[in-house]
Amino acid sequence: MNPSAVFDIYLLEAVINGVLLGGVLALLSLGLNLIFGVIDVVWICYAELIMLGMYGMYFLFTVYHAPIWVAAILCVVSVAILGVLLHVLVIAPLLGAAPINQLLATGGVLFFLQSAATVLFGIEFKNLGLRLPVLKVGGMFVSYSRLLAFAAALISMVLVYLWLTRTYTGTAIRAIAQDRQIMSLMGVDSRRIYLVTSALGGGLAGLAACLLVLQYDVHPFVGLSFGPITFLICVLGSLGNFVGGFVAAFVFAEIISVGGLYLDLEWGYVFAFAFFIVMMFVRPEGLMGRRS
Amino acid sequence: MLELRSVSAGYGTFQALFDVSLDVKAGEAVGVIGPNGAGKTTLMRAISGLIRSTSGSIHLEGSDLAATPSHRIVELGIAHVPESRRLFPRMTVEDNLRMGGFAPSARPKFRQQLDVVYELFPRLRERQRQLAGSMSGGEQQMCAIGRALMSAPKLLLLDEPSAGLAPVLVEQVFELVKRIRAGGLTVLIVEQNVQQVLRVVNRAYLLKAGSIRASGTALELQATDTIREAYLGV
Repeated sequence: MNPSAVFDIYLLEAVINGVLLGGVLALLSLGLNLIFGVIDVVWICYAELIMLGMYGMYFLFTVYHAPIWVAAILCVVSVAILGVLLHVLVIAPLLGAAPINQLLATGGVLFFLQSAATVLFGIEFKNLGLRLPVLKVGGMFVSYSRLLAFAAALISMVLVYLWLTRTYTGTAIRAIAQDRQIMSLMGVDSRRIYLVTSALGGGLAGLAACLLVLQYDVHPFVGLSFGPITFLICVLGSLGNFVGGFVAAFVFAEIISVGGLYLDLEWGYVFAFAFFIVMMFVRPEGLMGRRS
Repeated sequence: MLELRSVSAGYGTFQALFDVSLDVKAGEAVGVIGPNGAGKTTLMRAISGLIRSTSGSIHLEGSDLAATPSHRIVELGIAHVPESRRLFPRMTVEDNLRMGGFAPSARPKFRQQLDVVYELFPRLRERQRQLAGSMSGGEQQMCAIGRALMSAPKLLLLDEPSAGLAPVLVEQVFELVKRIRAGGLTVLIVEQNVQQVLRVVNRAYLLKAGSIRASGTALELQATDTIREAYLGV
């Protein structure tokens, strides 16, 4: 085999892994975007909900030996409930407050959850003890856990899309992001829509936890690996824009994956964040932003 | 049908309405005219529950609107076409109409009301898949009225339907109002365009600085000098 053919296969493998990573990042950003678009609040602690979900999976599956699909369903439901609690206890009382107060409050929740997890679970890295096989196609390696995560993320995003476009509640969620003041004229109780959206945002975080725990160890600070990148993806895709977040997730994932091919994997992240900073100069309103 | 008794309302410490009493009977078209800043929009908002009156009473067919949560008022039979239309610009015409029929009482009638609206405004049927924000001002006004009609209201509130439209479209909008009236729907319409609105309503009230200054049939109001005085202050 000549050297250039080998190189192309590595590139192809990086592109494929980028697509698989993009699916999961898109799922992460969808949850955050939904919350921001509908409630106009950024859940800074979003990735810490994922961290709790990953611990939930660890305890249910590895410690209490629940079947994995039972653990996954319980995990999604519990994190959805956490999302509702977060809204009722922290966000709703601050809806009339200045945005900076809301950011600080959810930021406070982030550190609260990190410290609480450290106290409760310790700082050791934990994992499911589950090794999914690696698929080998034409000299390329793709792990089943990544494929599964990608497929599950894609399917759930399609379901959310259908729900947003085909149901009354879903239509109201899209509408409230465009004009929240007149929702009562349509007969919509905004408080109920906020609760439904918080449950959905939490549920998506729970699903992300189920998928990420297949690939990563869980520890109290694991949210730092996903939180900042999810937020940057949302900003790059124009905060609150669902389609923009989807596109930006794949752009980011490809930069990380292909960028990491030439140097170390960590360099992929350096490129991705540098790209983000440059984009903030070039298109501060985001990829899908409307210039007003 | 609609009964306001000594209603006061405002925003925070600013009071915009003072002791307004007003009646709309079933089948009537009633206008509220008055200069800019007279409190016309505040009046509409107080009726549909977008803001809460600070005193007085508002009843629709005996139901106390002040005691009804604002998102339930549409179910009692009031649909409000807000000032400057307030469509959902990045949603299709049909999604906008679907939002108008969101109330649980309206959902079973969705198909039927959609036919009513499309028959009234055939242009909307042609544009049902188009984004509402991409249509012309006149078409958007049709969509805004159509959205309100989706709840099959007993009373339609129209806030400045001609505002911001080119003169030729203003004519069209009042034609639309006449078309809706032909179906016998009760309408309360707020307008700055006095001459036009007096042609489509039975009665009208003159609102100035938050109080009702005059009322009467359209002909009576046209005949008096009250309107000219209210607008020009002479």
